[in-house]
Amino acid sequence: MLLQIHEPGETPEPHALERSQAIGIDLGTTNSVVAMVSGSHPEVLRDSHGEGLVPSVVAYLGEEPVVGKAALAELPRHPDRVIASVKRLMGRGLGDVKRLAGALPYEVAENDKGGMVRLRVGDRVVSPVEISADILKALKTRAEEKLGHRVEKAVITVPAYFDDAARNATKDAARLAGLEVLRLVNEPTAAALAYGLDSAAEGIYAVYDLGGGTFDISLLKLQKGVFQVLATGGDSALGGDDFDHALAEWAMKRTGIAGLTSGEAKILLQAARAAKERLTMAPGAELKATIAGHEIRQSIDRGTFEVLIEPLIGRTLRACRQVLEDARLTAADVKGVVLVGGSTRVPLVRAFVADFFKQQPLADIDPDEVVAVGAALQAHALTRGSDTLLLDVIPLSLGIETMGGIVEKVIERNTPIPVTKAQDFTTYQDGQTGMLIHAVQGERETVDACRSLGRFELTGIPSMVAGAARIRVTFAVDADGLLTVSAEERTTGVKAEIAVKPSYGLSDEEMATMLRDSLTHAREDMERRLLLESRVEAERVLLALAAALKADGGLLGPAERSEVDRAASGLRQAVAGEDRARIHAGMEALDRATHGFAQKRMDLAIQAALKGQRLDEVEAGMATDGAP
Amino acid sequence: MAVVQQIGGNGANAGFVSCWACKGPVAGRALFCHTCGAVQPPGSVDHFARLGLERSFDIDHDHLEKQYLGFQRVLHPDRFAGKPAKERAIAESQAVALNEAYETLDDPLKRAQYLLRLAGIISEGTIDKTVADQALLMEAMEKREALSEAEGVDAIEQLMVEEGKGAIELLSVISKAFAADDLAAANRAVLRLTYARKLLEEARLKRAALEE
Repeated sequence: MLLQIHEPGETPEPHALERSQAIGIDLGTTNSVVAMVSGSHPEVLRDSHGEGLVPSVVAYLGEEPVVGKAALAELPRHPDRVIASVKRLMGRGLGDVKRLAGALPYEVAENDKGGMVRLRVGDRVVSPVEISADILKALKTRAEEKLGHRVEKAVITVPAYFDDAARNATKDAARLAGLEVLRLVNEPTAAALAYGLDSAAEGIYAVYDLGGGTFDISLLKLQKGVFQVLATGGDSALGGDDFDHALAEWAMKRTGIAGLTSGEAKILLQAARAAKERLTMAPGAELKATIAGHEIRQSIDRGTFEVLIEPLIGRTLRACRQVLEDARLTAADVKGVVLVGGSTRVPLVRAFVADFFKQQPLADIDPDEVVAVGAALQAHALTRGSDTLLLDVIPLSLGIETMGGIVEKVIERNTPIPVTKAQDFTTYQDGQTGMLIHAVQGERETVDACRSLGRFELTGIPSMVAGAARIRVTFAVDADGLLTVSAEERTTGVKAEIAVKPSYGLSDEEMATMLRDSLTHAREDMERRLLLESRVEAERVLLALAAALKADGGLLGPAERSEVDRAASGLRQAVAGEDRARIHAGMEALDRATHGFAQKRMDLAIQAALKGQRLDEVEAGMATDGAP
Repeated sequence: MAVVQQIGGNGANAGFVSCWACKGPVAGRALFCHTCGAVQPPGSVDHFARLGLERSFDIDHDHLEKQYLGFQRVLHPDRFAGKPAKERAIAESQAVALNEAYETLDDPLKRAQYLLRLAGIISEGTIDKTVADQALLMEAMEKREALSEAEGVDAIEQLMVEEGKGAIELLSVISKAFAADDLAAANRAVLRLTYARKLLEEARLKRAALEE
């Protein structure tokens, strides 16, 4: 039995402002896809050749970056100016980058500050966030050309196993591309949405998502339009790229080639990828590449390839076991297994997954496109309203550093989001007036083995003996999986708060500079968004006032009424204009003008209550219909 | 986030608070304003009331889940995607409160501890320090020793099965104790269950390390 409540949707929408078309984007390691719902069906947006996949590759040759197939075509001639697989660097430091025989397939710029890696591309230095933004801009343009008007809002998918730093980096990239992120949705959840809505499935489903650079396994409970994630796990540095690495290393060993430049590493990895893709269909393939004038030609059969990749697939199955254990389920409880990601085309992957879950996995939606389709469905649900609901969890535990570099967990992995949790800490020295708060993410017990998300200091703690202070640290994770940390000394109320800017993220100044330098009009886009947000807020206030006047307008005398009306029409005029400051001034003026009215309404309700009428009777008298 | 404005300094205002959007009176526990339809902040009610359940240890999981999902359907921030930032923030705080209530009530151990807290039997953060039961302490130490001596996955799993059975029995002890309103007995069993859970977790970690 639910409480009787009003349907908020029953209030008429004043404006179609918030109803603009939103797109769904799968920003992948190897390929990206953009989709949207037109009419009632999700549709992948394709190029003139019917190709939906946009290679996540950017070439920096002239003024404008080139994205996609055209960029990939430049790789053999300009390996130093073409960047692929940049998603693996999102929110990452230099130490996280995988090398091929000591050579990075990226040329990393010197960076004395630590933090996220920067790449040297010809004569310029770009961050992974900017490169991702260029890919997003290309996808945005594809959608705008198709639709014939501007696109400003998107749902963007991220691997469920992405940590806070990588999620923040993705959101920054969208901002840079002039896209407002309605929601970051986890890739497996998006895939489940695409499947679940299609088949009205109910029960527990596993989504096995092996992409180019990341592996995710999620267990979801599907019932009546609710997609509830039970547990998620994976490896944010394991994917088809690693199959390419294994093949490339094998070829180097066979030919005795060593010491590659970063450009040569890129060329060899692309050749390995091509051979891998052929091996999916054919029993054998040839790996061909020209490196430093030498031609490499190596024949490989599927069996040899499978021996190379078996340990990698084994790692994915270990994560599957863990996630079942986290959800207190067994493989027999799983009603269906959904395959996502291009790497699930590899026959050995399918065989291992079928064997592990004791059933044939589902792949009837193209595994390369299913995530974008789910993202488009969610974008549609968020902008047009829908009965479906995604309830997600946090993939990795969040904690705080304590004495001796030990992590105290504040939020355990697989906790449903949004979530807020607080924990009390104390000082360890007499007279200690400051405390460094270091937020980390991961499952291990020592700080070194976890990812550092950010540090900040709580200062001004009054001098007390050790152990006397009560410092409450609060972790808040929003529906996008992003963390805010705040701290307060409870005996005195001294406060400190930060949105955790990850150690591997961009600083606000860097972001500002990038927006300034951005070739598109990201900054104007942002101004415009702020204006739209102010309008939405002002319209909400006007709507509330109209409802209040309808209910209790009789409480106002003619003079009071005309004062309220004047302020309301002033605000209405401001909303019709383009001046954000004027809208805010109008809202403040209306607030002042309605203060007495609010007081009268409150007094009336209290008098009624004091006369012995019960609150719910007063409400029932005023209520309109509508219950959930 | 100052979303509730008290008007006129009338203190409790006879159970009314002021709606953040239209500023009219709205019942302290209402989810939406009856005048303008705006979603209201979560307010402070216990987890059972938040999910529309009676305060009891014995709750039906399916019913709990149905209530939780029913409230999430109308209060989740995704339902307010095109709405002003303030409204989205309020919806988010509602979803946070629902998640907290659901998480607490869904796990029998957390639910039992929560009931004991509501009854004033235990207070926050003192669960581990109230061990006065020497026999329980000895027993826990012996079990821990047995675990550290267990070699091989099979021996560990044997221990886990026994401890798991014990945990299930404890749940029925707790249920009976709450039904009889014997909170002291419930508290003792809750303490034992806390130890059993810890041991099971350690056994799981040890098994995982062996399997690596």
